[in-house]
Amino acid sequence: MAKPPQIDIMRSPLGRARGLGAAKAGATHWWVQRLTSLALVPLTLWFLGGMLHMLGGTRDDMVYWLSGPVPIVLMIALVIATFHHLQAGLQVVIEDYVHHDWLRIGSILAVKALSLLLALACIVSVLRLGL
Amino acid sequence: MRDVRDALMVARNSDDKLIRRPISPHLQVYRWPISMALSIGHRVTGVGLSIGALLLTWWLVAAAVSDEAFDSVQWFLGSPIGLLLLFGWSAALFFHFFAGIRHLAWDAGYGFEKPWYDRSAWAVVIATVVATLLLWLVGFAMW
Repeated sequence: MAKPPQIDIMRSPLGRARGLGAAKAGATHWWVQRLTSLALVPLTLWFLGGMLHMLGGTRDDMVYWLSGPVPIVLMIALVIATFHHLQAGLQVVIEDYVHHDWLRIGSILAVKALSLLLALACIVSVLRLGL
Repeated sequence: MRDVRDALMVARNSDDKLIRRPISPHLQVYRWPISMALSIGHRVTGVGLSIGALLLTWWLVAAAVSDEAFDSVQWFLGSPIGLLLLFGWSAALFFHFFAGIRHLAWDAGYGFEKPWYDRSAWAVVIATVVATLLLWLVGFAMW
């Protein structure tokens, strides 16, 4: 006897086609975390090398270092990847532990705003030093 | 007992003392497997490094502002408290770095077998210690 047809999934076909879940953004946040972490693997190693190079250095040494075409680009890339990764990670931590709606939304927005401003401050500083 | 539902929640322990039954296994009843410590450590170091990013910001902004501002950062980072912060920051960075690579391997579908689960965890711990010490040895040698 043939089995009667049945619905196994509670999601609508449209919802499946869009590929977006309850967060309305699909796996975007997850991907952002992975891709920024992937970018940070070489960038972090380069940064640590740069820090050893800059040990005990003066401000002039830093200007000289960052005026090179490669360091200035990599430093800005590091800043962007770091703060983007940081705000994505802190968002998950806040979502896990802060259960009060307004407090959660407020602190996530505060973290994002602060990360953006700090990243911009870093980028402007790097440009002022290197250009 | 105030509530009748408490009747099931209260019991006597082996010393014949009335106690509340534990409601579900919680952190304090687990033996700490290494993977659990690493999972918590990854999150803690992530939050720590986020705060550490303030140090990076201070350093870059001060360098862009003036000689005096840059000198004060360099002075702070060279002080005992500054060096301790930098040491903790570098250890946290290496831990998060290696534990993060372990996570990326999982995301790619590798390393889920039980023996590898523990082995990779210990590899993260050892790599963190070795890399941190190596960085500071090279640092002091170059300073």
